[in-house]
Amino acid sequence: MAAPAAMIPYFGQQMSSKNDLVPDWTRQEVSTGTTIMAVEYDGGVVIGADSRTTTGAYIANRVTDKLTPIHDRIFCCRSGSAADTQAIADVVTYHLNVHSGVIELDEPPLVETAANLFRASCYRYREELTAGILVAGWGGVSFKKILNPVAVGGSGSTYIYGFMDSNYKPGLNKDQCLELTAAALSLAMERDGSSGGVVRLATISEEGVERRVILGNQLPKFSSH
Amino acid sequence: MFNDIVPNPNMTYNRFKSLLLNTKNLTRPFLIHPSVQMENPPLVIAAASVLKELCYKNKEELQAGFITAGWDRKNGPQVYVVSLGGMLISQPVTIGGSGSTYIYGYVDAKYKPNMSREECLQFATNALALAMGRDNVSGGVAHLVVITEKGVEHVVVPGDKLPKFHDE
Repeated sequence: MAAPAAMIPYFGQQMSSKNDLVPDWTRQEVSTGTTIMAVEYDGGVVIGADSRTTTGAYIANRVTDKLTPIHDRIFCCRSGSAADTQAIADVVTYHLNVHSGVIELDEPPLVETAANLFRASCYRYREELTAGILVAGWGGVSFKKILNPVAVGGSGSTYIYGFMDSNYKPGLNKDQCLELTAAALSLAMERDGSSGGVVRLATISEEGVERRVILGNQLPKFSSH
Repeated sequence: MFNDIVPNPNMTYNRFKSLLLNTKNLTRPFLIHPSVQMENPPLVIAAASVLKELCYKNKEELQAGFITAGWDRKNGPQVYVVSLGGMLISQPVTIGGSGSTYIYGYVDAKYKPNMSREECLQFATNALALAMGRDNVSGGVAHLVVITEKGVEHVVVPGDKLPKFHDE
């Protein structure tokens, strides 16, 4: 990506936008088109994402990690503009470190606190930003509130609303959640051009964070028609 | 209640998902005429091709897509899709319309070839119910049409009899 980026300003001034020598995607913003998901189970949460980052029709990164740690047991799933979501995540990570570092608390920050920090940035700058973020984690015993047991997001999420409505039920255990997330992401990646690559999963619980990757040939297969 | 499943002579049904309200009446003359002259009822692909010609030749003016499904003696049960630009392809299962985006995942996961009639009806009802639950411009009742060698059966599932899923 570094080489074309260095060439663009020079060529951009000399050549018209219709010129074939400079492909269209060099002028596009980098976007994580995406399918992202988070499912809660008793004791933790499973999050998952695809791994495709696009600039127009070009896949800039086919092994992207869209599951970004914000704190020890809090993650965010990023969709939208890659630059915007990375910048917001950095800001929230900084604030949470200040929160638990400077203001010495006995307990780790609540997931809801992280979500509120995201909301503060996303709402205030909503005209300038393109970002859809899922915040998930395991945070604190004293305050338990089911904000949303399941959430999906990103451009690929529209294709799996029906699948999620019919297949999710409350009371799933960790392995069932992992299977459901992997299946849903595979289905979305099959249909959405902006989602693809590998499936990245993470399980966040009191014990810690466990990450895994499901490669393309190991993804669940469905009847192709 | 606007019923957008329209019969053509002899067991070919067209499902319309279009903005142009006149398309419903255009295919009948094309298909009734040949079957007056020939002994056999028209082939499903013939009906689909008529629609394809309309869509392809008038692609600048029209915004229309069709699903044509039926039974004929030569090839048995068939499903054809004519997309917006006028491409005609045959598929074992297909979905369309604004609500279809929400059920691509469900249909890909749940469809298997060689289902029985009851399995197919349940699959279609479930898929429609899920889409109607998510799409704001889809809803009301579900109209299902079962087309076989023996004939055509129209099944109507009112909204309160549709399967309920776990959604907020």
